[in-house]
Amino acid sequence: MNWQSWSEFLAMGGYALYVWGSYAVTLVILVAEIVALVMRRRGVVEGLTKYYAARGRNHEAKA
Amino acid sequence: MSKSERFSWFLFSSPQTFYPLAGRMQPWFAALAAVLCAVGLYISFFVAPTDAQQGESYRIIFIHVPAAWMSMFLYLVMGFWSGVGLVLNTRLSSMVATALAPTGALFTFIALWTGALWGKPTWGTWWVWDARLTSELILLFLYIGFMALQAAIDDQRRADKAGAVLALVGVINIPIIYFSVKWWSTLHQGASVSMKSAPTMAATMFAGMIIMALGFWMYSIAAVLARVRCVILERERHTEWVMAEIGGRK
Repeated sequence: MNWQSWSEFLAMGGYALYVWGSYAVTLVILVAEIVALVMRRRGVVEGLTKYYAARGRNHEAKA
Repeated sequence: MSKSERFSWFLFSSPQTFYPLAGRMQPWFAALAAVLCAVGLYISFFVAPTDAQQGESYRIIFIHVPAAWMSMFLYLVMGFWSGVGLVLNTRLSSMVATALAPTGALFTFIALWTGALWGKPTWGTWWVWDARLTSELILLFLYIGFMALQAAIDDQRRADKAGAVLALVGVINIPIIYFSVKWWSTLHQGASVSMKSAPTMAATMFAGMIIMALGFWMYSIAAVLARVRCVILERERHTEWVMAEIGGRK
């Protein structure tokens, strides 16, 4: 085990800014990508549902 | 002809058959990614010892090197599927290439960002215009260029073709990045891992890096599968099966 205490772990031997700055930004980017993918999926399904509904109405109107 | 004989990989080159397959595989890759990253992070912080020269700052390696590997590997995969799409005119290949670009760009950014945060304490500077850093920055521009070019062209077939040509020309940058530390004198250190020699780092450090790399790899597959499913639905919206798929969800 490398660390005697939480504060020692968080201090990262004086390199906290660099180590945590790297890990935090990586985490934020990956989480943001996951959220973006979930939202895109919802958007596509909703968008297509509306698209088909509108197209269905057009067909009915023509008929 | 029996059913097994008729099976071929071309079956999965159709968006309609690949869409549900991707949906079934995606959660497994996501779960694998979560497990591997959890184990990798544990090793990175609690098992791997403090570096004798760099102290704790070296722990950036556990995301920097895997991210840099993924940035190059995803580009090669993107170039490959772009090429297949260009030559064989298979729609799914181009869709996969399109789905790969954002994840590749993100890993390139992570490699550059963590590199800057590692460079400051070890070299005394966030950035230098040396061959390794500059060629990796060009990689980011190639990904962004690919996405921008595809987005700018309305005709999907032409967008795929133009993107594929850009992606293939850009493949030349990958060996340049990889061998830059050998070909030119750079501030960046040489390869961390070589096929020819035993790892020069502690076994636990090496294990942490490899497990994180596998975790990022599985993450990339999960993310790209999720994205390619969106791309398939969007591009195939005029087909009966997408209509049935969307209609069936209500």
